[in-house]
Amino acid sequence: MTTLNEDVKSGLPQGEASRRNVASRRRKGAIWRTIFLSATIFGLIALSLLIYNVANEVFGYVAIEYAVDPATVSDKPLDELSKDELVTVLQGNMRKNAFRTLENEKPMANRSDSEVYDLVIERVLKPQTLETWTLRDSWFNKAAIDAQVASDFPEAKLEFRSWISTSFLTTPMSSDPLRAGVRTALLGSLWMIAITILFAFPIGVGAAIYLEEYATDNRFNRIIQTNINNLAGVPSIIYGMLGLVIFVRTLEPITSGRIFGADSGNGRTIVAASLTMMLLILPIMIINGQEAIRAVPLSLRQASYGLGATKWQTIWHHVLPNALPGIFTGTILAISRAIGETAPLIVVGASTFIVTDPDGPFAKFTALPIQIYNWTSRPQPEFAHIAASAIVVLLVMLLSLNAIAVVLRNRFSKRG
Amino acid sequence: MTEKQTDTAQHTLVVRNMNVYYGAFRAINNVSLNIERNKITALIGPSGCGKSTVLRSLNRMNDLVNGARVEGEVLFHEQNLYANDVDAVEVRRRIGMVFQKPNPFPKSIYDNIAFGPRINGWKGTKSEMDDLVERCLRQAALWDDVKDKLKESGLALSGGQQQRLCIARALAVEPEVILMDEPCSALDPISTLKIEELMMELRQRYTIAIVTHNMQQAARASDYTAFFLMNDQRAGELVEYGPTGDLFTNPKDKRTEDYITGRFG
Repeated sequence: MTTLNEDVKSGLPQGEASRRNVASRRRKGAIWRTIFLSATIFGLIALSLLIYNVANEVFGYVAIEYAVDPATVSDKPLDELSKDELVTVLQGNMRKNAFRTLENEKPMANRSDSEVYDLVIERVLKPQTLETWTLRDSWFNKAAIDAQVASDFPEAKLEFRSWISTSFLTTPMSSDPLRAGVRTALLGSLWMIAITILFAFPIGVGAAIYLEEYATDNRFNRIIQTNINNLAGVPSIIYGMLGLVIFVRTLEPITSGRIFGADSGNGRTIVAASLTMMLLILPIMIINGQEAIRAVPLSLRQASYGLGATKWQTIWHHVLPNALPGIFTGTILAISRAIGETAPLIVVGASTFIVTDPDGPFAKFTALPIQIYNWTSRPQPEFAHIAASAIVVLLVMLLSLNAIAVVLRNRFSKRG
Repeated sequence: MTEKQTDTAQHTLVVRNMNVYYGAFRAINNVSLNIERNKITALIGPSGCGKSTVLRSLNRMNDLVNGARVEGEVLFHEQNLYANDVDAVEVRRRIGMVFQKPNPFPKSIYDNIAFGPRINGWKGTKSEMDDLVERCLRQAALWDDVKDKLKESGLALSGGQQQRLCIARALAVEPEVILMDEPCSALDPISTLKIEELMMELRQRYTIAIVTHNMQQAARASDYTAFFLMNDQRAGELVEYGPTGDLFTNPKDKRTEDYITGRFG
């Protein structure tokens, strides 16, 4: 490339020097591009490792030994028996009292085929896990597993087990990892989140509207704003302490449901946990809400005011509808955080072992992260498998909530 | 607002000794101006001379700016708009505004028009509202373009159509005065021409004040022109005000002459 005025002395590189200069600048750009790409790849690797680890624990071979050999209770394989035959097996192999107790809980006639089948396995055959293997071993070292089972547990039956299953979702907590499920924890988490949203959404949006639209720029309001920003960074266990003092202890008559006539003994209830979570996520929700409201263009407000709208009409008809997608996004981020929080729940006293479904806001409860925490801290390898399964449940719950948020956001931003 | 009809008065808005401050900064210095009834008054001047500030002070849009303060009087039907008992919300309904960038609501064309009446306590049937929407769109010369797509978003229109939609929207709350803040600066020449023709039409029923950067536009499409300039303290002052023809052909002030002949600005 030649320059236009060869005779003018220029400080810029010319000819070959210019070409080299451009090439060098492009090289620098390429280096940065590689660095950014590796950052992304690092994130992807971390995510894959997480998924791999969870999947590794969720599926795998299990060596199971039955206290009673299935062949001795029936001539046919158990899964070919009809419901009535299964009941007969059950009746014939259990103590009378035990059977009567089962019958009292729920008559055999009302139980489904698979429920009766599970009962036979559980009460008659009494399976026991002797050894479990991870998915990786099950895939690549099948021969070694077979050899080990043959030499160590000649009586045992080797079966490929998915630790996560419908019965894992629908059975309550149990001290036996083969029979334990996350039903109570799942319901507890759902109840807690529902009540948290119920309180946090209106309060968070309300505070955001006030701070963004009404609060004047004075020292007092600046202090409030700064404090909200700081509160968003306070460790969650401190909110747990706060919740323990305020909701569990001080407001015990309310959180235990006593004044509503639903006394649960003390304040360690779903409501107390939800209110604590509300405190935890309010700063995040307020800041997000403010940002969403601030992002509504000034021209829109001016148009509204210019037609003689009052401040409230402008907020209600224009600011809020346009800020809503952003508010939803912020809410979901906050809720996702609340679902995964464990520390405050431990402090406000979620139960770690509870087998009854939470039946309302004033029930004792447990939650998924508590359950996972509890199971991962046990030494037996079976609990690692069900902890991984509970993690899958938690992740799926989070992803579905996010999906709902995306759908809601798209619906609201399409309007108009 | 006191309903004192003075039909004989030829001035719709009378500005007396107006000073506008943003915080401690005086943006407008002692402006007095009469906006004539059923005429188009153009406010011209170089950037930063305060013409938009003056315009926004006429319907109290400046109230929305933090720290803005207006001294002096703006009389509308002999009522000072800045008196304590006057509500800015009612002022803005009677004195409408069209902005620099077309800013239709992200709603349907129909709802864009219907919004103003609805929030101002409009009582009427659906078909009366349909009539009102049609009337406003016709007045804004937009009806033929949009009559088949009233349910579509106002944002789907072209820039010029959006600006006419904004004018139609302003008309729907039955204002007496329409303030236009550089309504054509974001539009192409053809759309600009349409807006100017529209202003000429609207003049018969409304009083119009328009801020423009474009001197040709002021010369073409206004009856009166006010020329503003910044003084030494960077405050805007009214230099000259008079019928457009006089001001452009026979300016009394040297600075006006310099500006309109293109010597600066």
